[in-house]
Amino acid sequence: MIVAENLVKKYKEFAAVDGVSFEVAAGESFGLLGPNGAGKSTTMRMVGAVSTRTAGTLSILGMDPDRRGPEIRSRLGVVPQADNLDTELRVRENLLVYGRYFGLPRAQVARRADELLEFAQLTEKAKSKVDALSGGMKRRLTIARALINDPSILLLDEPTTGVDPQARHILWDRLFRLKEQGTTLLLTTHYMDEAEQLCDRLVVVDKGVIMAEGAPAELIRRYSSREVLEVRFGSDLNAEVAGRIAGMGDRIEVLPDRILIYSENGESELVRIIDAGLRPITSLVRRSSLEDVFLRLTGRTLIE
Amino acid sequence: MSTLETAADDAIRATRRVRRWGSWYVAEHRFRVMRSYAQTVVVTAIGNPVIYLYAMGVGLATLVDANLGPDAVAGVSYLAFVAPALLASAAITVASEEFTYPIMLGFKWNPVFYGMNAAPIAPGQIINGIVISVTARMLVTCGIYYAFMLVFGAVPSPAGFLAVFAALLTGLGFGAVLMAYTATLTEDTGQLAMVMRFVILPMTLFSGTFFPLSVLPGWLQWIGWISPLWHGTQLSRVFTYGAEEPIWLSALHVLYLAALLGLGWTWARRVAAGRLNK
Repeated sequence: MIVAENLVKKYKEFAAVDGVSFEVAAGESFGLLGPNGAGKSTTMRMVGAVSTRTAGTLSILGMDPDRRGPEIRSRLGVVPQADNLDTELRVRENLLVYGRYFGLPRAQVARRADELLEFAQLTEKAKSKVDALSGGMKRRLTIARALINDPSILLLDEPTTGVDPQARHILWDRLFRLKEQGTTLLLTTHYMDEAEQLCDRLVVVDKGVIMAEGAPAELIRRYSSREVLEVRFGSDLNAEVAGRIAGMGDRIEVLPDRILIYSENGESELVRIIDAGLRPITSLVRRSSLEDVFLRLTGRTLIE
Repeated sequence: MSTLETAADDAIRATRRVRRWGSWYVAEHRFRVMRSYAQTVVVTAIGNPVIYLYAMGVGLATLVDANLGPDAVAGVSYLAFVAPALLASAAITVASEEFTYPIMLGFKWNPVFYGMNAAPIAPGQIINGIVISVTARMLVTCGIYYAFMLVFGAVPSPAGFLAVFAALLTGLGFGAVLMAYTATLTEDTGQLAMVMRFVILPMTLFSGTFFPLSVLPGWLQWIGWISPLWHGTQLSRVFTYGAEEPIWLSALHVLYLAALLGLGWTWARRVAAGRLNK
């Protein structure tokens, strides 16, 4: 569905995307995980056929966006990072107007709009003003709008950023349903839990280049240990303690607010720490996540 | 054929319609939005001619005609002289509303243009759609204005209705350039208010609207010559009361306004393409 090879986007001298290659198969859910400014949105815009690439090759549904922009866009659904719903129109009208941009007949758009309002759980809000919707509802409406043309590929740029936790779960549920129905998803996120929930496969992006590629579980296996022990000694003491526990676990990361000890067995590491006479203020043993993969690959946390 | 080739072929077939009619879909959007302020559109379209024609035609005209006679200015009554100018000004007023804030809105405040462009609509089609929708609104406004001019007895010539199209060309010529300029603004730090105050208002005052351009001292008359409103007003006067001027000058009015329209339109399409392709 999507084939990108050595994709480059430069703004004057600055390369926002610097030689990115990936492929997305039909029905696959593919993620771009990385911090803000990694080049995820730029990549999305190039795939969305609204931003001309500087170099490399790109093929979407077998077409080159430089030549077939409108044709490609007719088969995409796009959920941009910032909602650009039309606040001068009502909820249902937003869907009606948008469907027309694809040249769809009015009757068909009207039917589809009602189905999508149902899907987005917004049927009761059909006549509301867009500004009266909550953040989560707006997001759902944007997703519904992106589906008006029954797209082959759905592009989601940070689908749940700025949405409260409860609304996030509703969104994930809706996206998961789409995935089950076989819609190809390409999404960017800087939330590791979102990537784990929704992506079959993902690339970790930082500073315009791909750091790693694979399924979430596979990446965790490859770049991290099974468990992580997080201990806090207080901001002043963390660095000092780090010296004393060096050598514990497979690897240690010292962050400003806590120390992470990577190990197959977090509990036994905690016992060793306490045996060494150290008393952490808090301790937590958890499974490794994509956050740890990112930290390992870049030396930085995803959300700083 | 592989599934990808089929998908590409389907997409190409489905997009033919958008490539042809995309501009109209954008216009459709604008009409829907205009409906939300339809009251304003109707009230101004009816209220303006009534108020202005009454104030000028009955109020000011009484004073002028009483002092200068019934063929007070340029051989006709003051009402007949001022009415075609007011008609052209009405078109400018519509242009200054519809070619400014909706553009700022679409690119910046509520970036719906990016949404259109994420669908198969091309940047140029967005600009075309706006021109189409504004033309429609302007035509209605000028048509109503002209009807009131007839009611007030301000149109001596039977060819007067052509003034509606002269006014339309005036509004679009000026408006297209204004649209292109607005499209270049990434932030409104008062530029549009400045345009209203230092371009549109002086233009209305010094374009031979309320008095002939020849009354002005020579060093101010250039304002009229570059003013689309002056060209439009003169052209309207030719139609409504057969104002005398050489034929080349009438042709120049049309050419000048058409050139502005072409220039502004092309420029705006270019700016839109640049802004949407980031």
